[in-house]
Amino acid sequence: MALQSLDIKQRSATTTPAPSVRQTTAVAKLIDVSTCIGCKACQAACMEWNDIRDEVGINHGVFDNPVDLTAKSWTVMRFAEVEEKGRLEWLIRKDGCMHCADPGCLKACPAPGAIVQYANGIVDFHEEHCIGCGYCITGCPFNVPRISKEDGKAYKCSLCSDRVAVGQAPACAKACPTGAIQFGSKEDMKDYAARRIGDLKERGFDKAGLYDPAGVGGTHVLYVLHHADRPQLYNGLPADPGISPLVSLWKGAAKPLASLALGAVALGSLFHYVMKGPNEVSKETERDVEKETEQ
Amino acid sequence: MIRDPKDLQRYTPQERANHWVVGISFILLALSGLAFFHPAFYPLSQLFGGGTWARILHPYIGVFMAFFFVLMFLRFRKLNAMTPTDKEWLSRIGEMVDGDDHNMPEQGKYNGGQKAMFWASVVCMALLLVSGVLIWRAQFSPPVELVRFGAVVHAVAAVAMIALIVIHAYAAIWVKGTIRAMWYGTVTRAWARQHHRAWYREMTGK
Repeated sequence: MALQSLDIKQRSATTTPAPSVRQTTAVAKLIDVSTCIGCKACQAACMEWNDIRDEVGINHGVFDNPVDLTAKSWTVMRFAEVEEKGRLEWLIRKDGCMHCADPGCLKACPAPGAIVQYANGIVDFHEEHCIGCGYCITGCPFNVPRISKEDGKAYKCSLCSDRVAVGQAPACAKACPTGAIQFGSKEDMKDYAARRIGDLKERGFDKAGLYDPAGVGGTHVLYVLHHADRPQLYNGLPADPGISPLVSLWKGAAKPLASLALGAVALGSLFHYVMKGPNEVSKETERDVEKETEQ
Repeated sequence: MIRDPKDLQRYTPQERANHWVVGISFILLALSGLAFFHPAFYPLSQLFGGGTWARILHPYIGVFMAFFFVLMFLRFRKLNAMTPTDKEWLSRIGEMVDGDDHNMPEQGKYNGGQKAMFWASVVCMALLLVSGVLIWRAQFSPPVELVRFGAVVHAVAAVAMIALIVIHAYAAIWVKGTIRAMWYGTVTRAWARQHHRAWYREMTGK
């Protein structure tokens, strides 16, 4: 949720161009999993800046707290214990919206303007236009949006679009004590990531790499992973995410084709009537019936 | 109300009421459902008090319609059993559509086209109910792949159902003297003799 803007690249359920006179640089948040210590300062900063307090949950026997994203917790640390080459590795991934270049949520959303994508790449929910259908959840390849049980609206990370709009870094990046969360132009973040990946490779993580999945056109939240060949290790981060073909069919070809088909049936009926005339009871039948009834 | 004592009773008041409950529910569902399907139809959600209200109401109206549809199915299923004559009628539907129905095979209470309509809408209703439950986020949360599949099935079945009902309503408008059967239950003897000869003989013994 942010202020009105003039740099909108895409708007949900809208078939005409969105206001886009202002062009801005593509931004990205880089999450360097290899330097994250799981302190959750980003979670605290997120709730503080957005001024949202989730219910206090209960300990589930693991560090994950809360255990899942909610309408009030837009980012959560996911902790995975993985054994690699006989050594325990504690893989900690900050989960939240990936801000896809090709956003499945926006594609699926039926409410005009409830989801917008800015020129800088941020995908933002405008909850006042949200109707609460949950199609964004159906469309999302990363299982991120959550419907609030209180107001029935969908919520997720906004990448602090309000802060970014005035030249500030997202609250989570600002709060991170180890520099594991970096923010800047997507190009700069890729350069920064390349240096980190080079460093990791030198230290024996020969499969270290950048997570910027092409299946969703790239993302505006990037991960540096030590095991970029197996993103699933990081609590099921999808290896090759993309908008489901079912969603593409439903919100792609089906929409114009079905609308045309319905129009054709309605107009076809009208013109059938106009050209063939009504199907009336013939005078002959009426006479036959009169005769039969008199008998 | 009997307009002419010689008119034939085609539908009982209960059957008519059931049909209209289903029909009204269908119209509300089609209008609100189309609003979610394509942005061009989104303004239809205003008829329900806005997008959020349309989203809230649509599934409840759906369950309501499904219940009354089942009642209607039970009332009419036996009368809609397909016979070889119906199949012959369907194979020659082109003549009917062309406006010349005088050489069509003799039909009972329903012709092959009406029966095909009946069974196609039964299939659509079943698909819509099951897929509708899958995508009812406010109440259920099945695995997301199932929800995606449900969304496609719901859209396809809904479009098929709307097309069927447009044809159904048009057929009633096209064949003069038909709509009164759904308003007050009777048709003229001449209507019955021309369109449903076997039923006419069954009713009049002529």
